[in-house]
Amino acid sequence: MSKLAIENVARVFPPAHRGAEPTRALEPVSLDVADNDFITILGPSGCGKSTLLRIVAGLDRASSGRVLLDGEAVTGPGPDRGMVFQSYTLFPWLTIADNIAFGLREKGVPEAERRQAAHEWCRRVGLAGFEQHYPKQLSGGMQQRTAIARVLANDPKIVLLDEPFGALDNQTRALMQETLLGIWERERKTVLFVTHDIEESIFLASRVVVMSARPGRIKADVAVDLPYPRHYTIKTSPEFSALKARLTEEIRAEAVRAAEGH
Amino acid sequence: MLRPLEPVSFAARVWLGILFFALFVAAWAWATFGGYVTKTFLADPLTMVREGWELLVQHGFLHDIAMTVWRVGGGFVLAALIAIPLGILMGTYKAVEAFFEPFVSFARYLPASAFIPLLILWAGIGETQKLLVIFIGAVFQLILMVAISVGNTRRDLVEAAYTLGARDWGIVTRVLIPASAPDIAEILRLVLGWAWTYVIVAELIGSSSGIGHMIVDSQALLNTGQIIFGIIVIGVIGLISDFLFKAANRALFPWSLR
Repeated sequence: MSKLAIENVARVFPPAHRGAEPTRALEPVSLDVADNDFITILGPSGCGKSTLLRIVAGLDRASSGRVLLDGEAVTGPGPDRGMVFQSYTLFPWLTIADNIAFGLREKGVPEAERRQAAHEWCRRVGLAGFEQHYPKQLSGGMQQRTAIARVLANDPKIVLLDEPFGALDNQTRALMQETLLGIWERERKTVLFVTHDIEESIFLASRVVVMSARPGRIKADVAVDLPYPRHYTIKTSPEFSALKARLTEEIRAEAVRAAEGH
Repeated sequence: MLRPLEPVSFAARVWLGILFFALFVAAWAWATFGGYVTKTFLADPLTMVREGWELLVQHGFLHDIAMTVWRVGGGFVLAALIAIPLGILMGTYKAVEAFFEPFVSFARYLPASAFIPLLILWAGIGETQKLLVIFIGAVFQLILMVAISVGNTRRDLVEAAYTLGARDWGIVTRVLIPASAPDIAEILRLVLGWAWTYVIVAELIGSSSGIGHMIVDSQALLNTGQIIFGIIVIGVIGLISDFLFKAANRALFPWSLR
């Protein structure tokens, strides 16, 4: 049985003002995610990929269709679906340790255990020694690493990432990809990762789902058969380049359509 | 030299601030000692200081100051006790906001000083009436400003908390309140300043003590030195409370400093 099942999920936004057409953000989309899959959803801006992720998270409602996690319908946000956002969403009034332990405290985990877990997760994402810092004292990359640790400390069934490295510079972004991949190879979480970066989508994923321009639907579903653990040098391998060329074609057509349509 | 938004050193900031006070007093001294303004209308700085000393030593002015501070503090604390919880509820729950907001917006424009005759009828000229003036002057402003601050909490922080397992009450206590706490402290500081103007008005009418009362008495005696001293005392107390508030905010919310 698949871990996560997205069944004919569509999203129509009501018209912005009277007389306007309602916006069809997402055509009925179906997707099955197996346990321990790392799926990247690749698409041009405004294709509804973030909307799809937000529906899975329970932060947005599908206009039709449903999302099942372990066979149970998703009705709202919950700690079983952790989310990392593109914007920096660490709580600025909490230290890094308290940010990481936020979900644990909500679950009623005792203080000593929370501190232990926060410490351990700081170490795993390379932030040992920063436990008592506030988010504003950290760089963007460090803040996103904390955000990832905050979600993983909560031990969710699935991790949702909405362009988490979108605001970072190229070098930091590449390092973050390696960190995330390293964590995934160790923890074997089920991951849904939204991005518009082709290279990123291949490097991380076991499967790349390509979405069309608005209204979004799934255009291609490409398995990435590169062996794990992956090293960054894989990005220059012929297999990688072939995949990149193929996805570039898929995406380019959609980007052109999006540019013409809007 | 002067560049837009270019910061200045701490020392320069202090000296520039003092410089303006000095210029102000110099202009005042020039106008009064130079005989350009008659003593009846405006006392010179030295007379003001002498009159002020007399007030403090002979007329028990410290008691008046204490009364005024107590009234502002009491009325303001009462207002805050009502306004902060209500403002947080309004900022959090849109139905509560829809229920209270129109009335509070209306009441906010009712001048507190215009209530003084009514309040004297209802509560006499005792302390209750003074506290009520401050309360009315501050409470509606506080409610609205707190509600807006809470309502403006970053949505992505709220969403992050939901995906980490927070429930509605957790969102209020662990996100909305801590996120807007520095704002609320700043709002309290601001509205406290306004409360000071109301207390003086309340004391101008029907009062037997307080800084405002002293000012009315001095007016009857044409003692402009005492009036000015009273006004300056109000300013100094305002400055001190402002400073204390800022220091407290810095200590309480180190994470929100820029």
